[in-house]
Amino acid sequence: MNEVQDEIIKEFAPFGDNLLDKYIYLVELGKKFVPLDARYKNDQTLIRGCQLTTWFRPTFENGIIFFHADSSSVLVRGAISLLIRVLSGQKPEDVKKIDLYFIEKSGLRDIYSLIRANSLWKIENLMRQAAASYEKKYI
Amino acid sequence: MIKLFNFLKMADTQKKSAFDIIKIRKDFPILSQKVYGNPLIYFDNGATTQKPKIVIDTISKMYTEYNSNVHRGVHFLSAQMTEMYEIARGKVQKYLNAKYSHEIIYTCGVTASINLVAYSFGEAYIKEGDEIIVSEMEHHSDIVPWQIVCERKGAHLKVIPFNDKGELLMDEYKKLISSKTKLVAVVHVSNSLGTINPVKEIIAIAHEKNIPVLVDGAQAVQHGRIDVQDLDCDFYAFSGHKLYGPTGTGVLYGKEKWLKEMPPYQGGGDMIDHVQFEHTTYNELPFKFEAGTPNYIGAIGLSTAIDYLESVGLEKIKKYEKELLNYAMEKLSAIDGIKLYGTAENKICILSFLLDRIHPYDTGVFLDRMGIAVRTGHHCTQPLWAHFKTEGAVRASLVFYNTFAEIDALCDAIKKIQKIFLSQP
Repeated sequence: MNEVQDEIIKEFAPFGDNLLDKYIYLVELGKKFVPLDARYKNDQTLIRGCQLTTWFRPTFENGIIFFHADSSSVLVRGAISLLIRVLSGQKPEDVKKIDLYFIEKSGLRDIYSLIRANSLWKIENLMRQAAASYEKKYI
Repeated sequence: MIKLFNFLKMADTQKKSAFDIIKIRKDFPILSQKVYGNPLIYFDNGATTQKPKIVIDTISKMYTEYNSNVHRGVHFLSAQMTEMYEIARGKVQKYLNAKYSHEIIYTCGVTASINLVAYSFGEAYIKEGDEIIVSEMEHHSDIVPWQIVCERKGAHLKVIPFNDKGELLMDEYKKLISSKTKLVAVVHVSNSLGTINPVKEIIAIAHEKNIPVLVDGAQAVQHGRIDVQDLDCDFYAFSGHKLYGPTGTGVLYGKEKWLKEMPPYQGGGDMIDHVQFEHTTYNELPFKFEAGTPNYIGAIGLSTAIDYLESVGLEKIKKYEKELLNYAMEKLSAIDGIKLYGTAENKICILSFLLDRIHPYDTGVFLDRMGIAVRTGHHCTQPLWAHFKTEGAVRASLVFYNTFAEIDALCDAIKKIQKIFLSQP
């Protein structure tokens, strides 16, 4: 997982302190992101934020946890895609305890901490909660 | 060099108006700062207005040299502060052209003002089966307090609809009035659409049936003179922080007749005449509705803001803001892929819009990173946005310290955002 985090940090390094360019890059990631299949968008997967509608669905196969999501905001979708790159396809115990240092080191704390307005903080928590719950149930 | 260019650009576009904008902007220290390396363009005035230096200095001076609790002290400082506090009340009275200064109740904001009336008027006059009329474009602060009264008393809320331009349907309003109607509560200027509602007509219609009217003036007081006697409203509520004054200040104007009859809202110090365990009698107006230590320095800050506006000239402000509105509407309408909400004939410079295929949150975040502060979301008017079958919009709300050059910058930024979001990956 940390290799992926380091990869992301490298991807964002050329933007330096230019927050706008980082956001433009997130938008590009958001456009390319494969969102949660429409058939899984329901009340169980819905996260209603102050301004945004976001969907989140964890699945579990052979001891590995996978995350699927979507958001009405392309920018947030791009930010979610990074969380998924790091955390999806991993063992629940690893997801639970990982230090997501890429957020700070990529200079993305700003976008991940707009607490009231977007649902990113909830997504991160839900990923960890899902990992804990699968671990308890299956391992 | 860039600074000089911006200054010259501002000076050039300002030739469109006779308003001395460069001088005005110097009165607001916060406007000269940069955000993310860009000059701040503050278009979130609907949420709160910036404070002129004279207000900031007055508050600082009050705490430095004059602070003392009002009304109860026998000493010099308290007497002095009490006098200033009551002079400030007189200035608000004059600003609203209220008949008596005791019709001016200080609150902590428009929400508190409306809640005061909802509770107190509701206790005295609303009973099961009664009806309260609000409009479809109300701020949540002028919906929820009435819903709470309705729940408590078994009364019902009736809603005046509006058309797609954002204008109230007056014929529908007339149909809603009945013998069950006990109060009409309506917004003077819509915070989401900018519509200036025909409140004088709304009041006259209600008064034909002796129904009192509360006007939510949160977005109106800062854009021109209010005359509560001419409007003949029964209650008028506003917040000081939207009138270039300090946060935590607000006003409820109420006709003497109602305020005398209504029971107190909150109990405590200052609102009492005589307290005994068996029975307590209440103070005279306005103190009956001002329990506890009031925000007296805030009130003086608010009256300083009023003095400042008077010195600039309310008519000049109104005229200039209308020029800004006309310019902005023309420029924004010319952008492809934009939908403007709130196109009433009579409106203030509130510009709500959505960009095709771009979420308002995304637009707002990108505008911010370009130095332009706007508000996104439902702006506490969810029923209003339900009318338009959307969950909210981007809102740029302009006042007299904004410029034509800033409107140009907004339009340029919108075009950049469209390019970023709508290009193929």
